[in-house]
Amino acid sequence: MDDLLREFLTETNESLDVVDVELVKFEQDPNNEKILGNIFRLVHTIKGTCGFLGLPRLEAIAHAAETLMGKFRDGVPVTEAAVTLVLQSIDRIKQLVADLEASETEPVGDDRDLISELERMSEAGKPAIAAEAPKHTEGAMVYQVLERQLRPGEVSLDDLERAFREATVDESVFAVQAEPEPVAAAEPAVHAEPAAVAARKPAKAVVEAKEDGEGKSTAGSVSSQSIRVAVDTLEHLMTMVSELVLTRNQLLEIVRRHEDSEFKVPLQRLSNVTAELQEGVMKTRMQPIGSAWQKLPRIVRDLSNELGKAIELEMVGQETELDRQVLELIKDPLTHMVRNSADHGLEGPEARKAAGKPEKGTIRLAAYHEGGHIIIEIADDGRGLDVEKIRQKIVDNGLATEFELEKMTEAQIFKYVFAPGFSTASKVTNVSGRGVGMDVVKTNIDAIGGTVDLKSVAGKGTTFTIKIPLTLAIVSTLIVESAGDRFAIPQLSVVELVRAQQNSEHRIERIRDTPVLRLRNKLLPLVHLSKLLGITAIGGDAREPVSEEDGFIVVMQIGNQTFGVVVDAVFHTEEIVVKPMSTMLRHIGMFSGNTILGDGSVIMIIDPNGIAQAIGPSQAAAGIEETEHEEEKARDEAQLVSLLLFRAGSDQPKAVPLSLVTRLEEFSVDKVERSNGRDLVQYRGSLMPLVYFDEYAQRKTEGGLPMLVFSDAGRSMGLVVDEIIDIVEDRLEIEVGSERPGVLGSAVIKGKATEVVDIGHFLPQAFEDWFRRKEISAEALTRSLLFIDDAPFFRNMLGPVLKAAGYRVTVCASAVDALAMLEDGRKFDVVVSDIEMPDMNGFEFAEAVRRHPRLRSLPILALSSVCTPASIERGRQSGFDDYIAKFDRPGLIAALKEVSNHEMGIAA
Amino acid sequence: MTDDVNVLNDSIQYVTVVIGGQLFGLPISRVHDVFVPESITRVPLSRPEIAGVLNLRGRIVTTIDMRRRLDLPPRGDGAQVMAVGIEHKGESYGLLIDNVGEVLDLPSNGREPNPVNLDQRWAAISGGVHRLNGQLMVILDVDRVLGGMAEAIAA
Repeated sequence: MDDLLREFLTETNESLDVVDVELVKFEQDPNNEKILGNIFRLVHTIKGTCGFLGLPRLEAIAHAAETLMGKFRDGVPVTEAAVTLVLQSIDRIKQLVADLEASETEPVGDDRDLISELERMSEAGKPAIAAEAPKHTEGAMVYQVLERQLRPGEVSLDDLERAFREATVDESVFAVQAEPEPVAAAEPAVHAEPAAVAARKPAKAVVEAKEDGEGKSTAGSVSSQSIRVAVDTLEHLMTMVSELVLTRNQLLEIVRRHEDSEFKVPLQRLSNVTAELQEGVMKTRMQPIGSAWQKLPRIVRDLSNELGKAIELEMVGQETELDRQVLELIKDPLTHMVRNSADHGLEGPEARKAAGKPEKGTIRLAAYHEGGHIIIEIADDGRGLDVEKIRQKIVDNGLATEFELEKMTEAQIFKYVFAPGFSTASKVTNVSGRGVGMDVVKTNIDAIGGTVDLKSVAGKGTTFTIKIPLTLAIVSTLIVESAGDRFAIPQLSVVELVRAQQNSEHRIERIRDTPVLRLRNKLLPLVHLSKLLGITAIGGDAREPVSEEDGFIVVMQIGNQTFGVVVDAVFHTEEIVVKPMSTMLRHIGMFSGNTILGDGSVIMIIDPNGIAQAIGPSQAAAGIEETEHEEEKARDEAQLVSLLLFRAGSDQPKAVPLSLVTRLEEFSVDKVERSNGRDLVQYRGSLMPLVYFDEYAQRKTEGGLPMLVFSDAGRSMGLVVDEIIDIVEDRLEIEVGSERPGVLGSAVIKGKATEVVDIGHFLPQAFEDWFRRKEISAEALTRSLLFIDDAPFFRNMLGPVLKAAGYRVTVCASAVDALAMLEDGRKFDVVVSDIEMPDMNGFEFAEAVRRHPRLRSLPILALSSVCTPASIERGRQSGFDDYIAKFDRPGLIAALKEVSNHEMGIAA
Repeated sequence: MTDDVNVLNDSIQYVTVVIGGQLFGLPISRVHDVFVPESITRVPLSRPEIAGVLNLRGRIVTTIDMRRRLDLPPRGDGAQVMAVGIEHKGESYGLLIDNVGEVLDLPSNGREPNPVNLDQRWAAISGGVHRLNGQLMVILDVDRVLGGMAEAIAA
């Protein structure tokens, strides 16, 4: 049965019962205006609802009864006959409602008999009214005029109600309630046909009908199946059940300590009953999501008119239930998103036809359960998000630079639609495009611990996916310990747990004082829970907060921020009932609430959003995004590069591109062994030679030796430095070249003159054959390579890398020069070229080379920071043999190997 | 005679407590219970006066260290701690004190205003002073003890 109808039936049955009682009272005390007012209102409500639901028979009777009662109110003497008639009308309504309940449709029939009786009765009172008319308010007259124009009155009222329903939600309630009185008051005068009454016969008919109706009505009527309970009562029940759950947990904890307790069996039973009770009470709070969608068809219909688009709204999974608290909170975001889909998502009919789509656009709402969460999808089959427009908007709003955008995937760019003040609608309609909306949607959803994601396919449509917890009352949390105290972390935001140990695969590394974790090629910013909360262990046992080197890392994801929270211990997961914090503690953003654990102690619940904020969006988000795309970063000297800053030999800071460094280590001096005239440390089961940045400096005799570890093809070397300072993002522009070996030159990094270190200088010091060992017989296989890049930084940096791969490298700063060199007859075995260069870019260069008969088969590799499918395709078309991302050192070496082998295969 | 009537009608019962050697009185109407606080959970980042939260028969109670609130030196290790449970704006609080004394029935007209030279911190939360035999009892105004803290947070 339709929810609306069900509700109507429940409500109407209730109202009718009240009317019955009130009418009887009224008959005995006809001058009591209050009672009359009550009855009048109830009947009026029934009439209004019937009109809304399209139940003409009910509406007509209610209207007629109302008219008669209006007369009473206007001073017509209340006769027994009149009251009987009204009661009969009520009975007729009841009977119709019963039929409606049984068959879900209004029964066919005619109520003319009853209605004409009612009308006649109303008219009978007319002389009295006429006589008293001057005494009555003029307001009634005014309304009367209105009413006449709008006849038949039922319809007009209906429209009125509908209009109110469409008005802003908050006001509608008041409007509907406030309005009926004057309109109704005007009605007495409307039906003005003098006639007498003879109510006996119809009354009999009604009584029969009533009996008939009762005989038919089955035991399982809707109205008796559901009762309405105040939300407060439910909330209170929920609280009590929560308490019960907590007490049960406590009891379980006690029994756990006493092995052979006789309480065990009854407690087990109590536990089960409690669990069932909890579930039952939770259910009472559950409402089908359909109730949040009820308004949507109407909204879409109106939008469809307003925007001139044919829109169909499909709704799937209305019956999916979720906590009413959550339901309330997502109502508005959902409405907004549907509006958005209608306005931005769907194209106009012409555009749709042109795109070969049906003229009618579809917005599909779907809801379903998935592992303790509810997933809501809002999908349209419209044009999809316009990446270019969004890009433009991002740049216009200064949310990101063009460079940054170039590195982003479409999905990342789409995420910006959730940024505050973002709207791609170029014109502001009253539907959307005011730049508020999606960010509000996201904030609302975040607030209830949910996530929102979007997928978009150009020309095919956009799908938003909202994932929200079923309930906010009970949360599954992970209990952790930090500095001797326990805390609960909501599991929803926990991605994984990592055990970090000195020698395990996951190790915490430090960049100055900032701990980071390398986790599957991502650098994860770490933060100590104890530091975040500013706590140290209490008591004199001086239990040091467990060092970074071993602890548990709770990897959390909040929105697009991922970070690791270091805790001392992880216990177990526990379903907890969130209790609000005292007002004195509510200002602490790190906690969302507190609760009582099974052992009776109070525990604070960590608010993941608070932590994310404390870490700072810049650190967490940037840290991840940048490391993820580290290889793709840095395109030329004008671009940001991740640089590791350290001190060695002198006070002046030194820098090396982070991407070249494999690891950061620190060994204590006594771990250093000397063998065959060199310093070595045992590292991961093999010996690693150490190279001192400053060979002549005084060696440390105690403490730790920080070092940068460079690994290549299974070999590692450690470059010992004095101190690792920081990792920074900056432009790398070598302004002053250097004559000194080991230093490429000086650049301004973070406002300080910094030496940029030439790693190529140090590598051979560890392994003399570092650059040569890959050659089978040195010269014979040394191949010549032409490397073209307009950026000195890359020429300097990749030069050694290419040398290390066994090539004789010739560097060239421009494609024009390179082409001239090749045409001159200089022979190279392979060419590696940058793409973005002034004068002649890489594509043009490759095309030119391919046009040259002699150079047609020369292998050319493209090396670029822009590695999109489109640019790779473009590269292939231009004649490049392979296309490699800059900073993808292993990729470059592999590609070189491949082309060389291929070459040699042909040669042989 | 009128005086006597007033005395009879306007006497207030106080629960006396000792904090840092000083006798304080709390109106008995405000005191819900007196208990020995156990396993207080610290709340990081909270105001220093807040000793933490604890579970009192299934309710979470925020405890306030009255010594810190009154700017008194901290309790020594192992010293006795008691707590007075009170309600403030629908929330449960526990005031940590050193000891609980007897309940005194004191005439309200015996109450004297705070001495003008009383420490500002004390004056802010004191509702006056009663002269008892041999010592003074400072009346603790519970609402001001807690309200002052809430205001400080809001500020």
